[in-house]
Amino acid sequence: MSYAPSAAVLERIDRAVAAYPERSAALLPVLRLIQEESGWVPPAAEVWAADKLGLNPVRVREVLSFYTMFRRRPAGRTVVQVCRNLSCTLAGAEEVIAALRRELGLGDGADTTADGAVTLVAVECLGNCDHAPCLQIDGVDRGPVTRDSAAAIVRELRGR
Amino acid sequence: MSQDTVRLIPSDEGSWRLDAYLRRGGYEAARKAVTSMAPAGIIAEVRKAGLRGRGGAGFPAGLKWSFVPQGVSGPKYLCVNADEGEPGTFKDRAILVRDPHRLLEGMVIAAFAVGIHTAIVYVRGEYERIAGRLREAMAEAEGAGFLGPDIFGSGFGLEVVIHFGAGAYICGEETALLESVEGRRGTPRLKPPFPAVAGLFRAPTVINNVETLANVPSIIGRGADWFTAQGLPKDCGTRLFSVSGAVRRPGLYELPTGIPLRTLIEDHAGGPPEGVSVKAVIPGGLSAPVLRADELEAHLDFESMALVCSMAGSAGVIVIGDRTPMLEVLGVMSRFYAHESCGQCTPCRIGTSWIHRTVTRIAAGQGRRGDLDLILSLADGIKGRTLCPMGDAAALPIQALVTKFRDELEQAVER
Repeated sequence: MSYAPSAAVLERIDRAVAAYPERSAALLPVLRLIQEESGWVPPAAEVWAADKLGLNPVRVREVLSFYTMFRRRPAGRTVVQVCRNLSCTLAGAEEVIAALRRELGLGDGADTTADGAVTLVAVECLGNCDHAPCLQIDGVDRGPVTRDSAAAIVRELRGR
Repeated sequence: MSQDTVRLIPSDEGSWRLDAYLRRGGYEAARKAVTSMAPAGIIAEVRKAGLRGRGGAGFPAGLKWSFVPQGVSGPKYLCVNADEGEPGTFKDRAILVRDPHRLLEGMVIAAFAVGIHTAIVYVRGEYERIAGRLREAMAEAEGAGFLGPDIFGSGFGLEVVIHFGAGAYICGEETALLESVEGRRGTPRLKPPFPAVAGLFRAPTVINNVETLANVPSIIGRGADWFTAQGLPKDCGTRLFSVSGAVRRPGLYELPTGIPLRTLIEDHAGGPPEGVSVKAVIPGGLSAPVLRADELEAHLDFESMALVCSMAGSAGVIVIGDRTPMLEVLGVMSRFYAHESCGQCTPCRIGTSWIHRTVTRIAAGQGRRGDLDLILSLADGIKGRTLCPMGDAAALPIQALVTKFRDELEQAVER
């Protein structure tokens, strides 16, 4: 299995590399751009990135596995990050998470719907605590979310 | 708030655009600094203002700048900490969204004062969308000659790069942030050497929080004396208080340092909702040791908070109502630190996970006598025994919570 980014992404990757005095410093932006296009960072892309930046592949793996926003498995077409830190928990985040999981039909331990439409991830603070409980849909902020609006959000996601 | 105080969060329409910022007097301070002041004079003014770091540690910004060796050849860097990961804090977000030019102006002044030509803004990955405003502001400022190779026609240049994090609380720690910019795991470095001497790419580096830099234009524009007239003598100016949890009006409040916690919660944030009373308050982000309802007379500034064994930290105030079980708060707290420990130092890596497993077991109804002492002793084993401040940031709030709400937690253990 081999990996190659699209020409457009390759151009952005080259720009990112040029922004730093040392090639290896571009690793985070390179992984971010790969994930933006592919939805995750496949093993072949790790090798590609290592080669691109002149790194040992294990250096890519250690960074990929450290940062929680990087994905080493395919994700749904839409990614929902729902906050469960203190301000959101005080405002009912656990009920919201339970409602989202129920509406999405996620079984125990599953984070992606069977049709591959939505991935739901519970995360720590999103820095939007005055809108608790809050979440992000593909990086766009929403909140406060209630059990009822959770159901409406899932209907909206299904329609995408 | 009167017009004579710092206004970090503007409310005019389109406040983030250059024309709006110019109407508010924007870039006049940077013009003054770059075209008419000596770098040493700028640092002296910021030191005189006593501006303390708004990220959480409260270190004087001017002093930090003065640590960078002068007359040394080679690159130097300014890193702007926009990682804002401290739970309960959303102030830097507001500056990025509503006043990105103020941040850029502060960066130009800081860079000119220290002799820096490259700045990196480290923005947490979760803020990628809102950083679009910063990107637009950079383009506007460059177009107007306020940023780029020849600022105000002075020959002084500053290039700005945005670097996104990817979900790691520890990267808010300044040396972990440097590791992350260099393309590695965010594991803090041993100090010394301090970043001012050997930081990013081993070059002298200044690392400042977004809100800290956003205060700089007013200090240079209106003078240190104007700045020190607000807030407290040793902790001047205003702070952006992020208030969340059990209050009627959660939100961001810019107020002079040293205001009483009760005033912020009751008068500004509207107090707890109907039928709820305040049980506890976390005054400076999740890592700040909790205060009981009978400690709300304490004032919100670095020294007053230290006197009550807590900290002003990031000024993220989380209000906990009387219906919330403290075991739930402890569960969120212990999970967070177990999840966010970078794993480099054994006491923190093992200790935070062990504490969280113990708390989870208690929550599952399988508490054992001695569990709370176990948690306290594990926290004690972390405290002061790690390379970076996250060890204490995890241990101290957990110890405070268990100590101050011991009776309630004991009941949960023996349930």
